[in-house]
Amino acid sequence: MIVPMSIRITEDEIDVTAETAALTRGRTDIGAVVAFTGICRDDEDGERIAALVLDHYPGMAETEIARHVEEAEARWPLLGVRIVHRVGRIKPGEVIVLAVTASAHRRAAFEAAEFLMDYLKTRAPFWKKVERAAGTSWIEARGEDDAAAARWRDRPKRDAAE
Amino acid sequence: MKILYFAWIRERVGKAEEEIELPASVQTVGDLVQWLGGRGEQYAHAFENRQVVRAAIDRIHVRPEAKITGAREIALFPPMTGG
Repeated sequence: MIVPMSIRITEDEIDVTAETAALTRGRTDIGAVVAFTGICRDDEDGERIAALVLDHYPGMAETEIARHVEEAEARWPLLGVRIVHRVGRIKPGEVIVLAVTASAHRRAAFEAAEFLMDYLKTRAPFWKKVERAAGTSWIEARGEDDAAAARWRDRPKRDAAE
Repeated sequence: MKILYFAWIRERVGKAEEEIELPASVQTVGDLVQWLGGRGEQYAHAFENRQVVRAAIDRIHVRPEAKITGAREIALFPPMTGG
């Protein structure tokens, strides 16, 4: 079965409600939708920030996300996946990333959304820069994000079916 | 060979991409990073800590030991911080 998959990178603000509705419109087989929303905070390491500026590798970013969506589809019985990642200048309170997964039952949708976010953080070619009153700096990768992605490697596929 | 740079590596090198004629001795991604580091002050600064440099050949993640033969584009960037 071909699962509807949508991956988009945009400089525009992300409308979480509209994106989520687009995944389920006209469908009666979907029983569970999980939408993870990553939002820009106004502090980084205890310091107030003005904005995040997201850099990405056009072409590779979409391809790399698609590879992980395919892997999620191999691991869980998904009925739809929608990923939207914003780039450019993002102000506190605005959405950075949205990962929506749909399935017949909740567990697959929950786990697939978490799996996709863990891989997006460590393998998708995006980089965050922080804008503060005092200047700008690039955010450093965190070891705990690598560890979060690594734990999926040891898990057999389809262990969370239904 | 087309080389692309991202994030702070791009800022330190001072350009987003360039076309470079590589010497035959540059065979792997690791060789490339080392060779680029010797191209002047900006490159030396960009590649001073080779362990943190990540790479993709034709938009697929690769390790430092990956051969660059036949590559169309090689991208060099710091660890990713998306999501």
